[in-house]
Amino acid sequence: MSDIQLPNSGKSPADEPDAGRTPVRFRNPGLPAHRHRQADVDPRAAKRAERQVLAMLGLSAVGSIFFIVAYFAFPLDGTFATLQVSNISLGLGLGAGIFFIGTAAVHLAKTLMPDTEMFDERHPQRGTEAERTDAAAIMVQGGQESGLGRRPFILGGLVGAAALAPLPAVVLLRDLGPAPGGALAHTLWDEGVRLALDPSAEPILASDVTIGSVFHVIPENLYESDHFLDEKAKAAVLLMRVDPDVVDVREDRAGWDVDGIYAYSKICTHVGCPVALYEQQTHHLLCPCHQSTFDLTQHCKVIFGPAKRALPQLPISVDDEGYLVAQSDFLEPPGPSYWERG
Amino acid sequence: MSTTGTNAYTPTSRTARLSAGAADYLDERIGAARLVKGFARKVFPDHWSFMLGEVALYSFVILLISGTFLTLFYVPSMTLVEYEGSYAPMYGVTMSEAYASSLNLSFDIRGGLLMRQVHHWSALIFVAAIVVHMLRVFFTGAFRKPREFNWVLGVILAVLALAEGFTGYSLPDDLLSGNGLRIIEGVILAIPVVGTYIVFFLFGGEFPGESIIPRLYILHVFVLPGLILAVIALHLALVVAHKHTQYPGPGRTNDNVVGFPLLPVYAAKAGGFFFIVFGVIILISGLVSINAIWNYGPYDPSPISAGTQPDWYIGFVDGLLRLMPGQPEFTIAGFTLSLNVFLPSLVVPGLMVVALLAYPFLEQWVTGDKREHHLLDRPRNAPVRTGIGVMAIVSYCVMWAAAGNDLMAIAFGLSINDLTWLLRFAFFVLPPVAFVVTKRICLSLQRKDRELALHGHETGRVVRTADGEYFEVHEPLSETERWVLVQHEAYRPLAIPPKKHEDGRKVPAHERLRANLSNFFFEDRVEPVTPRELEAARHHGDHEAIEQPEGREAERRELGSSV
Repeated sequence: MSDIQLPNSGKSPADEPDAGRTPVRFRNPGLPAHRHRQADVDPRAAKRAERQVLAMLGLSAVGSIFFIVAYFAFPLDGTFATLQVSNISLGLGLGAGIFFIGTAAVHLAKTLMPDTEMFDERHPQRGTEAERTDAAAIMVQGGQESGLGRRPFILGGLVGAAALAPLPAVVLLRDLGPAPGGALAHTLWDEGVRLALDPSAEPILASDVTIGSVFHVIPENLYESDHFLDEKAKAAVLLMRVDPDVVDVREDRAGWDVDGIYAYSKICTHVGCPVALYEQQTHHLLCPCHQSTFDLTQHCKVIFGPAKRALPQLPISVDDEGYLVAQSDFLEPPGPSYWERG
Repeated sequence: MSTTGTNAYTPTSRTARLSAGAADYLDERIGAARLVKGFARKVFPDHWSFMLGEVALYSFVILLISGTFLTLFYVPSMTLVEYEGSYAPMYGVTMSEAYASSLNLSFDIRGGLLMRQVHHWSALIFVAAIVVHMLRVFFTGAFRKPREFNWVLGVILAVLALAEGFTGYSLPDDLLSGNGLRIIEGVILAIPVVGTYIVFFLFGGEFPGESIIPRLYILHVFVLPGLILAVIALHLALVVAHKHTQYPGPGRTNDNVVGFPLLPVYAAKAGGFFFIVFGVIILISGLVSINAIWNYGPYDPSPISAGTQPDWYIGFVDGLLRLMPGQPEFTIAGFTLSLNVFLPSLVVPGLMVVALLAYPFLEQWVTGDKREHHLLDRPRNAPVRTGIGVMAIVSYCVMWAAAGNDLMAIAFGLSINDLTWLLRFAFFVLPPVAFVVTKRICLSLQRKDRELALHGHETGRVVRTADGEYFEVHEPLSETERWVLVQHEAYRPLAIPPKKHEDGRKVPAHERLRANLSNFFFEDRVEPVTPRELEAARHHGDHEAIEQPEGREAERRELGSSV
């Protein structure tokens, strides 16, 4: 309190009034004189305001009735035409029914209720000294009567027990879900699992994949899974065929593609959106959620955006019948990063 | 009315006798007389900006009403069913019961779409009103003692509102909301050490699982609204305990509250305003479509539509996720630390909340002002605080705009990469610029106030004196006009102490920090006009229509120097 520096609080010597003639601060001039509204002085204006309020209440009633009529007059049949008519008329009716009650009340208050400003005194939040002394005494007395100060073991026991009591509630939540284990690292892809079209699950012939084409792919056995959405959330794949010459050679991935047909995880390594946009000319894959951009010619390395890791590649080959199959599961966990990912 | 002037109230008409009977009944059982006496004539000050909090409160009530209607038809289940409702394009499609029931609400329940849209629009308006209300409180210094706790409660309400909004956004289980959930999953996975476990506990296993919708549902319709209601009750109880703040003005002091009584004026105005807010939201919902879930289809982890956007209030987090470069993801000792996700999505928003919670206490520590403040600041009179506020708005807006970088790139034909880089720079450059500019504008406005208080209004009347000089006549302000310009106080900065006292003791670092902050806040300041200054200005006769020869002398000198 002592070190507040206020120029015009009158405490600073520099602001001493000279000879008490001119005050240090301006004085609050008090409320300006009340100005009457038209309706206060002109009975005709008051009458007019009354009529306006009544008119608004009338509009409200019309709106409510219109809503009820429209509800029965416009049944829905699953087409947008009826839906639109119904929604607009119900909205206008109900909206007007409610809105005009509001305007009527506000108009009434503003024109016909007294508008002379009133004062309330404020009182400091701080209690009086007597109240504070009494309160402190009561707390001390309460503490003494509880006897906890004299019996420290009870206090200690109480704190300990109270700290322990919520723990069962925490433990109780254990069965909200299974421990993660290695679940995120494994998908339905495995040696010989056919690549199939999303969502029909029809297997894909290697010969059908022409240069420049792109396929949204799921494992052929996806729908045999009990939780196929969970599996799809990890196993979704994008299949693209490019001229093999445009792709940088990586010795460790030799034989992972089939004549320039590449399969990459479709799940963004940022936060898991589907990387669904393929720019055929630049061979870039773009995630529409946060614009992470992956370059197919550099084994889907990140070239822009918030993702760090390249999209995992699915090694593929062709089976006896000419269908594309996986050589194995992904060799690293697909999708967003997580702590145990390593 | 006819009884005014008599001491005891004697009911005259039949209605009056009945209500007197009811009043007597209630008073003897719940002490109604004391309640009425204590509250019914409570005075509230009038200002449009005080209605922002009301909008937030009313849209919450509207959310409760419309939401209750929705629960009558919505099924919070992820069990897969075949859609058999009347919307033909989806007929036979496999989808969750949640999505199917949301479609039914739109296509088969009359007024269901209207209520869905009322619910969604009022959710958007609820959060927006909270934010704007918060800005009003910030810029006018209404968070100062004794209202610090109420500011904290307000911040908690804002966070709860975001959580409530997000849990509701996910419930229709359409493609858009499902992708939103997927992003949340990715964000939680990025939490070091425990992230994967939280995901598995939250989703009941792997994403998406079959538990998340019912779990979000109970949070959305019970836990979070319950918490919000409880905090709103505390928030309002404190408003009653403190009485409302008021803007400075003639007759308004720190010790009074000037305005209109609850009964009848505010009962009518505030009650009427509830109906207006409700009515406007219904009208918007009748006329403007929102979240057309039938366009998106059921959730499926593989497809996505381009240009996906979250609801506006989550936009800043999404934008930050887009702005953050991917580099800071590390593998340490076999564990992955994904700072490229963790920092923008959780750490920065967390720090924003901490900064909001801390600001009132920080400012009070710097000013050392422990007095109660019930008169609001005009934002210009707190230039650094206003600068900080605008800086926060600007950085929020950059983050928020970043969430629409794809749409902006398309609309303006820009490269999305260039635009993202531009926004990355803007994130660091614009906020400080906004701070400096705002502070300068505030100081200039204060100088303008001083000019006005000292010299009065320009009248536009130019007078030529007998000597052939010209000057413009200024009209002095009336006392009431002047008061608003001169009523405030300007803090002065603390002197920065030396590193050591004269006796060689070290000055504690926090004292020096406080003095430095105090200089940061109050070094540049424009102090309000004092009566003495006004008198001096009048004495010099400046630009006022005071017919005194020395006045014109002064005028001549000034004109001479400026020509």
